[in-house]
Amino acid sequence: MRIHCQHVWEYISAYIDGEVDAELRAEIDHHLETCEVCSAVLDSTRNLVILVADDRVFELPAGFSHRLHARIDIELRLAGNGDS
Amino acid sequence: MSHPDLQFEADCIRRILAGEKSLFHDLIRPCERAIYFMLLSILRNETEAEDAAQDTVIKIYLNLQSFRGDSQFRTWALSIARNEGLGRLRKAVARREDSLEAETDEQTGDYTPAILTSWREIPSEALEREELGVLLRKAIQGLPEIYRNVVLLRDIEEMDVRETAVALDITEGAVKVRLHRARALLQRDLAPRLKGFAPRRGKLFGWGA
Repeated sequence: MRIHCQHVWEYISAYIDGEVDAELRAEIDHHLETCEVCSAVLDSTRNLVILVADDRVFELPAGFSHRLHARIDIELRLAGNGDS
Repeated sequence: MSHPDLQFEADCIRRILAGEKSLFHDLIRPCERAIYFMLLSILRNETEAEDAAQDTVIKIYLNLQSFRGDSQFRTWALSIARNEGLGRLRKAVARREDSLEAETDEQTGDYTPAILTSWREIPSEALEREELGVLLRKAIQGLPEIYRNVVLLRDIEEMDVRETAVALDITEGAVKVRLHRARALLQRDLAPRLKGFAPRRGKLFGWGA
């Protein structure tokens, strides 16, 4: 069966996450072999998924953890009877 | 993401409730990043997200005895973060026109991808360039809230579909649909603009022919 680009786009995300069944995967793979446009869409989408998962893109603000744990300490003391 | 050790969590919670309160620092440490980014995705303001993250963590501490252990601790912690964020958002009515309720999964939209022709081989070193990080963060912040949360938990914190569904109180099907749309929107928004990053060999795939 031949599938259309539109159909491939619909399943790009599931394809990247490995959530399409074997039959659909084979159809998509077959389509990708000959369709430059869909290969580009797949590759760029996959790049995005890799990039956003990179810790360097989303860093905590400097000092975040230090301030948070200082606040926890205050709260633990307020709560009283703490062991700290 | 580091996979939480369930036994460690359970022991920790038991001991904290029994009085070893300072162990709470160790319990919360693996979750603090996800809590912050969940709140940033809802509030879209770093200062407020940090403030809300601190309040969330204190609420988690004060409500620890109500954690039933039927989900991962982090999932439970994130649902508290989400409630804190949404509560603050509601209080800030009219500060933004962007209505949370207006965005539904039924919404039809144009998810046609960007058909680009030269976004290949971005080197991972490109991330050291501040601009790329800025572009990505802005694009994600610009997504409608229902998509932003899912990207944050699935793609940034790399949580699985089930855990994401529980944390956001939506179905697993909705997680998948939203993630797909979010990625499609990001691809369309970012792919053409990322062409500017010099093609080089790297671990990434091509950006387009």
